[in-house]
Amino acid sequence: MPVYTVRRVLVAVPTLLLISLILFLLLDLAPGDPTAQLPLTIPPEVKENIRRSLGLGEPIHVRYLLWLKQFFVNEPLHLMSQLTGLDLGGDRHRVISWQTRSPVVDLVVERLPQTLWVVGLSYVAGIAIGLPVGIVSARHQYGWFDQVGTFVSMIGFSVPTFFSGVLLIVVFSVELGWFPSIYDTTHRVTGWDSLLFQLRQMAMPVAVLALYNAAQISRFMRASALDNLTLDYVRTARAKGLSERKVIFVHVLRNAVGPVVTVVALGVPGIFGGAIITEQIFKVNGLGQLLITSIQASDLPTVQTLTFVFAVLIVACNLLADLLLGILDPRIRYD
Amino acid sequence: MIEAVPVRRLLERHVVRQFMRHKGALLGFAFLVFILAFVLLGPLIWTIDPQFIDIRARNSGMSLAHPLGADQLGRDMLARLMAGGRASVAVGAAAMLLSLLIGGLVGLLAGFVRWLDGPLMRLTDLFLALPLLPLLLVVILLFRESLRAAFGPEAGIFILMVAVMGITGWMQTARVVRGEVLTVKELEFVAAARSVGAPEHRIAGRHVLPNVLSPIMVSATLGMANAIITESALSFLGLGFPSDFATWGRLLFDATDYLQQYPGRVLWPGLAISLTVLSVNYIGDGLRDSLDPRSRSMHSGSL
Repeated sequence: MPVYTVRRVLVAVPTLLLISLILFLLLDLAPGDPTAQLPLTIPPEVKENIRRSLGLGEPIHVRYLLWLKQFFVNEPLHLMSQLTGLDLGGDRHRVISWQTRSPVVDLVVERLPQTLWVVGLSYVAGIAIGLPVGIVSARHQYGWFDQVGTFVSMIGFSVPTFFSGVLLIVVFSVELGWFPSIYDTTHRVTGWDSLLFQLRQMAMPVAVLALYNAAQISRFMRASALDNLTLDYVRTARAKGLSERKVIFVHVLRNAVGPVVTVVALGVPGIFGGAIITEQIFKVNGLGQLLITSIQASDLPTVQTLTFVFAVLIVACNLLADLLLGILDPRIRYD
Repeated sequence: MIEAVPVRRLLERHVVRQFMRHKGALLGFAFLVFILAFVLLGPLIWTIDPQFIDIRARNSGMSLAHPLGADQLGRDMLARLMAGGRASVAVGAAAMLLSLLIGGLVGLLAGFVRWLDGPLMRLTDLFLALPLLPLLLVVILLFRESLRAAFGPEAGIFILMVAVMGITGWMQTARVVRGEVLTVKELEFVAAARSVGAPEHRIAGRHVLPNVLSPIMVSATLGMANAIITESALSFLGLGFPSDFATWGRLLFDATDYLQQYPGRVLWPGLAISLTVLSVNYIGDGLRDSLDPRSRSMHSGSL
């Protein structure tokens, strides 16, 4: 397992580097000049100096390497010094948001937990609903449960998050008044009452993504379990006299869940995209909401950093899925 | 060769019959035809201009003059729903075609040319790991102004959206096509074609491509659903077409501001998007079932 882990991590590094290159080139080749917005009264020599101070005169590979150093050396050092209280960062350069004039990474650290909570909980809920539903559907293929489950998951698949979120608001906040439609970002959990309030205000954003996740997981789980149910090892297990519950939840589940992990990992970018929209609908102050507001303000350093942070999160999730697959199916480790 | 034609016809008829037997797919197909007629032929019957402002009718509910009501400026919702649908379906179809073209080409090349297989598949994996929605937003932010200046506000955004969605949506098609090409090119009839001296490009175009069309069709339907959702999502985030240009996502976005007072107005564009995507997904499901040789042998022993 350790060898496999190291190999997977090493594969993730070039992926990240390539994504960062794509991002860098995209922003670099885009039309428009960062000094175009400066007042016309600034003389051309001064403008040229400003351009040079921004590093725009350097050749492209030098700028890319400097950018990489910024993201992989400078910012992590600053982050470490904030966490430990030691002065590791020194007076190294920081990426500053044009909007708030504060370091972008500080903003990211402030917003990251909300996004991770929403995405993480939606996966937990999606797995808790999707796995059993998929397995039971496969066990009773074309039964009433399967028909209903297939229909509901088809709906969960097709209704876009920006519609299901709005629908939930109409039903549960406007009509019934059960949940708040706007996320209270200043809320702090101090006791049981405030914890309950926190759960209530997270219920709808999580539910929107959980519905999508559960639909996806149950469909793939059903297909994968169906493939497994006809195999010989299932017949052997039944012939041994094992109870049906044991056959399904011990033997079939373990074998069927592998392909599901792979497919779900492929859907991770979609979930982060969904999280951006969900945060926008419920006004959760997560990374997605920060991304949208900085795009509206043309705050390029923040936009660039955030897109890269999303890329890192996706690659990390894929890595996690790979490791999980290695645990679930030991054959993969010896490839 | 004499036998080949009738067998092929028989197969086609069988596929159609299988598709007709799939109730969901049939319903989805009927609904898609209805939606297409609604957005394409509807404006011929319901001739109100979607941009026309009837300020006295603003925020009105359902009535004879405005069957679905009017929005906050008094524009007719039915006409806007038709115009918005045309834009959404056009973007979806164009983006789907572009991604199909790229995906099919990459898949075919990767399956056929051995030394290209590795690099192209690594590229596909890389694209699959990209944060698509943030990237789409960034690209639109960066290139919106220059394209708007070059092609006009609507055509510029249309080109930008279709291009970006095509470039970021081809990966699934490429994977499926590659897998299929790898199995098909080992079959006897390809060896037969090669043995009579057919050049590689003809083997790829005439013999392998027609036989991998079915997975391409399935991923086309799914790609269309995806493209419609992405376009609506971008419009919903306020980064799609200009604000006076109706698309389904834009209508939904505009309606959410009045969610507390007029919750009904969210419903129509939302339902239109969801039902269209649902029907396209069901069509894809039915196509997969009826084109899949495994399910073919399971349901009927005749072939």
